Order: sequence, then C-alpha cells, then structure tokens
Amino acid sequence: GGSLTKLAYYSTVQHKVARVRSFDHSGKDIENEPLYEISVQEEITARLHFIKFENTYIETCLDFIKDHLVNTETKVIKATGGGAYKFKDLIEKKLGLKVDKEDVMTCLIKGCNFVLRNIPHEVFAYQKDSDTEFRFQSNHPNIFPYLLVNIGSGVSIVKVETEDKFEWIGGSSIGGGTFWGLGALLTKTKKFDELLQLAAKGQHTNVDMLVKDVYGGAYQTLGLSGNLIASSFGKSTTADKEFSKEDMAKSLLHMISNDIGQLACLYAKLHNLDKIYFGGFFIRGHPVTMRTITYSINFFSKGEVQALFLRHEGYLGAIGAFLKGAEQDNPNQYSWGENYAGSSGLMSTSPDVYPMQRTRSGTFDMLEMDRLERPLVNLPLLKDPSTYIPDTVDLTDDAMARKYWLTCFEEALDGVAKRAAASQPDSVDAPERAEKFRQKYWNKLQTLRQQPFAYGTLTVRSLLDTREHCLNEFNFPDPYSKVKQKENGIALKCFQSVIESLDSLGWEERQFALVKGLLAGNVFDWGAKAVSDVLESEPQFGFEEAKSKLQERPWLEDSYSQWLERLKEGPPHKCALIFADNSGIDIILGVFPFVRELLSRGTEVILACNSGPALNDVTYSESLIVTERIAAMDPIIQSALRDEKLLLVQTGSSSPCLDLSRLDKGLAVLVRERKTDLVIIEGMGRAIHTNYYAALKCESLKLAVIKNSWLADRLGGKIFSVIFKYEVPCQ
Amino acid sequence: VFPWFGLDIGGTLVKLVYFEPKDITAEEEEEEVENLKSIRKYLTSNVAYGSTGIRDVHLELKDLTLCGRKGNLHFIRFPTHDMPAFIQMGSEKHFSSLHTTLCATGGGAYKFEQDFRTMGDLQLCKLDELDCLIKGVLYIDSVGFNGHSECYYFENPTDAERCQKLPFNLENPYPLLLVNIGSGVSILAVYSKENYKRVTGTSLGGGTFFGLCCLLTGCSTFEEALEMASRGDSTKVDKLVRDIYGGDYERFALPGWAVASSFGNMMSKEKRESVSKEDLAKATLITITNNIGSIARMCALNENINRVVFVGNFLRINTISMRLLAYALDYWSKGQLKALFLEHEGYFGAVGALLELLDSA
Repeated sequence: GGSLTKLAYYSTVQHKVARVRSFDHSGKDIENEPLYEISVQEEITARLHFIKFENTYIETCLDFIKDHLVNTETKVIKATGGGAYKFKDLIEKKLGLKVDKEDVMTCLIKGCNFVLRNIPHEVFAYQKDSDTEFRFQSNHPNIFPYLLVNIGSGVSIVKVETEDKFEWIGGSSIGGGTFWGLGALLTKTKKFDELLQLAAKGQHTNVDMLVKDVYGGAYQTLGLSGNLIASSFGKSTTADKEFSKEDMAKSLLHMISNDIGQLACLYAKLHNLDKIYFGGFFIRGHPVTMRTITYSINFFSKGEVQALFLRHEGYLGAIGAFLKGAEQDNPNQYSWGENYAGSSGLMSTSPDVYPMQRTRSGTFDMLEMDRLERPLVNLPLLKDPSTYIPDTVDLTDDAMARKYWLTCFEEALDGVAKRAAASQPDSVDAPERAEKFRQKYWNKLQTLRQQPFAYGTLTVRSLLDTREHCLNEFNFPDPYSKVKQKENGIALKCFQSVIESLDSLGWEERQFALVKGLLAGNVFDWGAKAVSDVLESEPQFGFEEAKSKLQERPWLEDSYSQWLERLKEGPPHKCALIFADNSGIDIILGVFPFVRELLSRGTEVILACNSGPALNDVTYSESLIVTERIAAMDPIIQSALRDEKLLLVQTGSSSPCLDLSRLDKGLAVLVRERKTDLVIIEGMGRAIHTNYYAALKCESLKLAVIKNSWLADRLGGKIFSVIFKYEVPCQ
Repeated sequence: VFPWFGLDIGGTLVKLVYFEPKDITAEEEEEEVENLKSIRKYLTSNVAYGSTGIRDVHLELKDLTLCGRKGNLHFIRFPTHDMPAFIQMGSEKHFSSLHTTLCATGGGAYKFEQDFRTMGDLQLCKLDELDCLIKGVLYIDSVGFNGHSECYYFENPTDAERCQKLPFNLENPYPLLLVNIGSGVSILAVYSKENYKRVTGTSLGGGTFFGLCCLLTGCSTFEEALEMASRGDSTKVDKLVRDIYGGDYERFALPGWAVASSFGNMMSKEKRESVSKEDLAKATLITITNNIGSIARMCALNENINRVVFVGNFLRINTISMRLLAYALDYWSKGQLKALFLEHEGYFGAVGALLELLDSA
C-alpha cells in the first residue's frame, strides 16, 4: 500500500496436544490402574499470519522472510497494491523470488469473501453516539450479494455476486485522495491523519452554506432541517475572509463523505442491494470517517441501506493475494478460526484510540487464523441461521455484566495459571510458561476493559475462548487432563450402582431421578469458581452431595412437567442430539443413564463432545474410551453402539461454550441423516452463556445448574438454581 | 396592475424578471403614477444597477404577450448579499405606494420576508421554489427565444472537433430529469406539468466551485474563477487512471484519461508546488461538474428517464461544464442519456414567480 505493508504468510505451527489412549487391560488387575494413558505429543497445525507494518520496515521484514522461508519450492511471491510496483525489484533481489503482481480489486474481493466467511463478528455497524460504538453483526450463512465500496484515492464501487463473480459498477473520483490533496492545499497540513484530526476539531457551519443560511429562520415551515448543507464551501465565496484550518478540513470531510454516501446509495438502489461494506485507507480504523459515512448512508437511504465496516479491512488485499497464490491447496476448502491469542484487537494501532501507541510501539498489527481440521457448518436444526446469535449477553452492550465478568476472569487467573503449571510437573519451564500465559491473558483482559469491541462482540464465550487460545499458545494444551482422567475413573466405578438404583424405581420416579442426575452431574464444573473451590477443598465431594446442593422444584426455569407429559403421551423421539459438558460424574453418571433411557425408548442418540480440550469438558477422544468402558458393563449401551443406535461425534469446537453456527460438518450430516428431532444442551457454558435463547426447528431441552452467584442473582435465583427449559417449536 | 415582477432569491444570487409593457396607451401613460414610470425608466434604460446589479440584455425576450399585454421581458441579477440595498432602493422609490404584490421564490423569500415588511413596507407573496422552476422552464421553452429554440444540446460531445451546439425541440418534454445547479444542486423528476418530485440534491454545486476557487486561488468573482479555469490544466492536479495503471484499466474497462482521484496528485508535496492557480481552478470546475454528471446519471437510471435538462446559474458563461456534462452523460451511459440545456439558465424560478403573480390576478 501507500504507507503500510500487509504481509500474509502461511506457517506450520508445532505445538503440544494432549492425547488419550486406552491401555490394553487384558489379564491385568485394572482396579488400581488409571483408566487410560495421557500423553503429550507434538502436533503440527497450519496457521495463516497477517502482519501490518509501516513501509519503512520493509527491508527488515524481507530479511525475516528470508530467514524463515522453509519451503524451498516457493518460487513466487504474490503482491498487490500500489507498492507492489514500487518494491518489486527490492523484493526480487532480497528473496530471490519472482514477484507476481495480482489485480488489486480481485485480491480485495477474494480477501473480503474469506473474512466474511471465516471470522465471526467480522462485520460491524458504527454508531458514534450510541453507548456501543461498534455493533457487530452475526455471520449470515449467505454472504452474497453485497456492494463493496473501496475508498482509496478514488472510489470504486463493486458488486459481488458469488465467489468468482464480481463487477465494477461505478466509482467516483472524489475520494480519499481528494480529501488529502485538497485538504493539504487548503490547510497546508501534509499528513492524512493530521487532516482527520483537524477535521475532528472543526465546525463546518462556518464554511458551508446551510439550508438555514438560505432560508433564514423560517426553514421549519418547509419541513426541512435547517442544518442540512445547501452548498459545501458556500460561505467561502469571498476573497476577504479567513477560514480556520479545522473548519475547512471538517467541511471537506463532510463534503466528501456525503458525496460518497449518496453515490453508494444510488448504486445500491439501482442494483437492489442493502448491504454496503466500506473499505480503503479513507475508512481504515478512523472513527471520524466511519461516522460521517454512516451518517450519509442513513440520510440518503432513509435508513434502508446499512453502512457496514470490517474488522480486518486493512488485510483484505493481502489475504486475497495470498489466496491467489495458494489456489492449488485452496484454503477455501477449510474452515479457519481467528486466534485471539495471536491477533491484535480492532484499531490497536489507531491514533484515535491510542494517541500514544504510535510512539510506543509503531504501527504494528497482527491477525492469526488457525486452520481447523474439519470444516464447520450450521446446525441444520437452527430455526433461522441468519438471525441466530449464540451468546446470551452482549458484554459490549451491558457495562455492568462486562465489569463483573472481566473481574471474575481476572480473579480466577492466578488459579488457572497455577493449575496449568501443576499439570506439567515434569516440565522444567512450566512455571515460566504459566507466568507468560498469565501475563498474556491479563493484558488481553486489560485491553478488553478499555476496548470491549477489540475482538468483536465481547461475551463470556469470547473471554473463555481467549483464555483457551492463550493457554495453547504457551503449550498448555490440556491442564485438566489428569483431573479428568481421575474423575472418569472414579465415576465409572459408580456407574453400575447408579443404574441399579435407577432401574429399581417406577417409570415416573425414574424420569425425575434421571433429570436430577443429569443436573447433579453438571455441578462438577472446574470452570465455575464456586465449584472449583469446593472440589479443591473436599476431594470426597460426590454425586449424592451434588444432588443435595440442587434447588428443589419448582426450579428457576421449570418446564419439567411438560417434558414428562411429552414422554408419557408422545411417541418416542426418532433421534436425540446431546451436547455433553463435563468429564467424570457429569458424562458418566448424569448423561449416560439418560442416554440409556432414551435408547430403551427406541430413540437413537448422537452424543457430541468437543474436538479439543477446554477446562474439564469431556473431549471426543475421552468419550470414546468412556463409552467403550460403559459398554463393557452395560448391554443396552453395548448393543446400541454395535447397531449404530448410539453414535459418538465431535463438535469441531474446543470451547466451553457452543456456537451452533460453527459445528463439525460430519455432525451436521449425521443430524440430517438420522432425522434428529430432539436436541439436548447441557451446562452453563452451552445452555446459559450461549444458546439460552436459541430457537430450533425441533424440540429441545436446555439444562444447567447455575454455579455463579452473580449470574443466579441476575436471573432472579440463587446459587445452584436449576434451569430446565423444554421447548417445542411453534408450528 | 403594473409593475409585473418575479423574484427568485437564491443562496448566492437574486434573479429578477421584469415585464416591460410596450403597448401602453396614451391614456394609460397619463394615468401612470410617477413612481411606476420612474421604476420602468430606471430598469429599462440601464444595463447595470449599482456596482453589482446586471441586466442580461442578451436574454431579453421581445414582443411577448402576457395576459393580453405585449411587452419585453427583462432579466436582471445581483448578489444576495446586496438584498438589503435592494430593499432600501424599493423603499426610496416608494414601491409600496404602488399597491402591487411582489411574488418571490427561493430560500431568500423566507429569509428576507421580515426585511421587506419592515424596511420596504412590502408584503411578499412567497412561492414554492420547485413549482416556480418547472413553471418557468415550461413557459420559456414554449414561447421560444425570440424566434430561436430555447433548448439546445451538443452534437458529438465526445469529439472536440466535431462538437457543436444545436437546437432541441422540447415539445413533448415528459418525462424529464431537471437538474438545477445553483449554489447547491436540486434534481427533479418531472412527469407532467403538475406531477413532479424532488429526487435528491447535492451540496456540491456552484457555491462549492466558487467557494473552493476563492480559497485556492484568491479570486473574487465567479467570472474570474471561470476565466482562470479556462486557462488551466486539471490533469496536473488530478490523478488519472493512466497515472495509476499506465494506461487503461482493462479489468474494469476504465479509460486511461478518466479521473481516478480528483486532486489526487496534490497528495504529493512536489506536485503541490508545481501547479498554477489556473490548474487548480480548472480541477475544481472539472471535479464539481463530473460529480454532478455522475449523480444526475444515476438518478436518471434509477428513475428510468433518458433526457436530462441542466439549468441554473452555475452554467452561465460556463461552456466547459456544459460540454463536459454532455460528454460525461453520453460516454458513461453509452449514448443512452442526453444532456439538454436552456438559454435562460438561472432565471426560471423568477419567471415562474412572475407567472404565479399573473395567474393569481
């Protein structure tokens, strides 16, 4: 670009993952053996890195690339943007690679499609005068068609219809270059950023002729707003008056923003589009211009068209150029996830937000995206994927809740770091890494206190996910692996007696006991501070103690009677999809008896567990071992497994929460094949922090025990209040 | 009752039309009060009033029949900031004693209403700007310009050598897009005499051109600004497509000569130091004109209208802009849209106000 270089590269990242493997128990005394073996292995995953820095660092950057270029087969480096011409020779000489110049607009659009598809909360609307300046949009399953208005030195308006089909439908010569060039002439201020700062301080009404200047005080009678600009610079039509730099810059900014907004609306109307994404250096990270453009679009479209912006707008060209170069392994066939640990927040280098940043660390901004092993898709049972929002509380919006949760995560941090270090007793550098983790996450939390919008909508889920990403970054792939191993072992030993006592009950009593067991199991959550304190201090705390902690009926949210009625009167469900939560007692003594009952009724069960570890949540690979062991004890589970009536799948996620719009494709396929008509979501993370309001096309059960007194208070209950939400979609 | 005036008080200019009856009988002459006579003599025997008032003699419509009277229609303009002096003069000439109604349109009809009342003892009849504009356009076009066509267009606008101004017959005018370029710009879609709507407007108009020129070049009149522009070279100031791509941008079929960024070259310090005031004036003119052309073109497409009539005082003595508008509309619409112009550019609102006066009588 003109002043910044955006570099996109692909790397393989070596990091540690925890693996579990069943022992061969044949002929051994298994009583005192652990259930399975845990090993930490090296795994190589793919990661996309995007770095943005000032052009002055380009040589340093090229040296860095030269030192790290591992794939000797690389012969070509893709480049786009104005600087691609300027630095071509330098790049070719330094790296010994051929520079392949790619079309700017093609790259921009490829990049845009990529971020729209892969980064949740990529898109936001900007509202300066509202409490939440940034309104992030949930990802629409279909991103096309849209209008991309790129405001560089001029303006390009492109209509994008599919991945490969886009059309330049118009443009305007009045753009960022006009603001900069004309602004420099008028104010003798050379830098674009400085011009914007001048504009932010100015009063355009001293330079512009307003409707009220033409109409006098009587404009009200006409139904016009007197403050509308009748003629930009209409007051400067005189040689003998001086105008301040600030006022002229402001007037110029309004003139250009309004003009672009008007043209964009005219094009949107002609092509019948209501989504316009704005990008280009005029917009990039500048609240001032986002504000004026938003105003203009609202004014000219009368609210029918929305001005939208992108968190990673500055990277689009580089991402696109990279994708062009990687066409052979088509990165679009994979799903990608934003890595919060390795990415800078929105506007991290914006002088508007951090006036001191520039001098402190230079303009340096990063985005990292991890390649996910498997593609992610929507749960086919979502009622309306385009309006589905996983998170229950938007912490960017809710200042009280934000304050509480940030403090909560801060207070828990020392404990998490300690546990992380303790989970790797054989590693000498574990304490040091744990401290680095602590520092990194602490800094993230402080950033989020200042800028809750830094990574899209701030939610309990994003706070939890960021913590997992930071732990991973410092090679703590699974700090709870040993706890989970031990708890799974203990719970398995109790399985048969729990089943026996359940089987001795009458049908109706048993249904209640099953639900109560499911809820009691859910108490065992190391993520909840109130519980982890108990579990740390009372190692003997068991299933029965947990049951006694539960709130008595009527529960805080209680549709148990309707559920019971449904079981009694209705036909068995065809297939139930269960999202499991914790390891140990939760999955083994809570979920499995429930699964067993469903199977006995003739309902098939898909049991979905996380692909990767998060807290003490049961992972897919752990669930395989646990299920195998239960099957060995229980003929119902055994035959269901054999007959594929009980299916274990992975969610594609490594989060303690659940985003039903990003689930493993295999899961989605199975859900459709088996005609799933019941979804059971268990636990605070999956059923309260997320999905509490999620609407599904089929029956659903959302169960959780509230193990946080603040949250309980907010929902109008006490700690260990019970949520039992049975929902039937209205026809 | 004479005198017959129509007044359009805009943001920058006041437009005044005056009907001078030529069929005054001896009897009438006898009865004509002294005040009225002196006003008639003053207006018709001068071509300039005070230091800023000007009668556009070349626009005068001769031997017009209005309301059964024959006479000449005069077109006079002066800057809006001299409005108080104008009212003062009306007061000195005892205009109010004539017991006539003064019909006025434009924003100034509201702004100066109070002044007319207190300083001139005159009651203004305020009229809707857009009604007057359309009425004026249709009327003047129908009576023609002293035997010539009021409406014209440029043939071969894309060919500098062969481009020529030709009369256009606007007998069946509807639908048409009317673009009025004064200090700001209003765009109207007109479907019949009574059926029209304001489609949109832009604040980048004549006032913007003149205002920016004053700041950039230190000029002090519109004429001076245009004169400078006629001697300048905007390609030194603007960044063209070929400056970025070395030629045409084939991916999007953009010609190399198209402006990619208005004032785009001015981002560079060296280039800022090497351009002349004339170059800056020209670039300002081209920027504003092209932008109006683009917005008008988009409105025409959205409203499905292919005739676009440009009026307003921005176009006065401004052949550069007219030809550029004709060219831009033709080029970017691939010949689908036609730009039309009218000889009486900025006076239609005032004519409409005069017609309202006669209608009400």
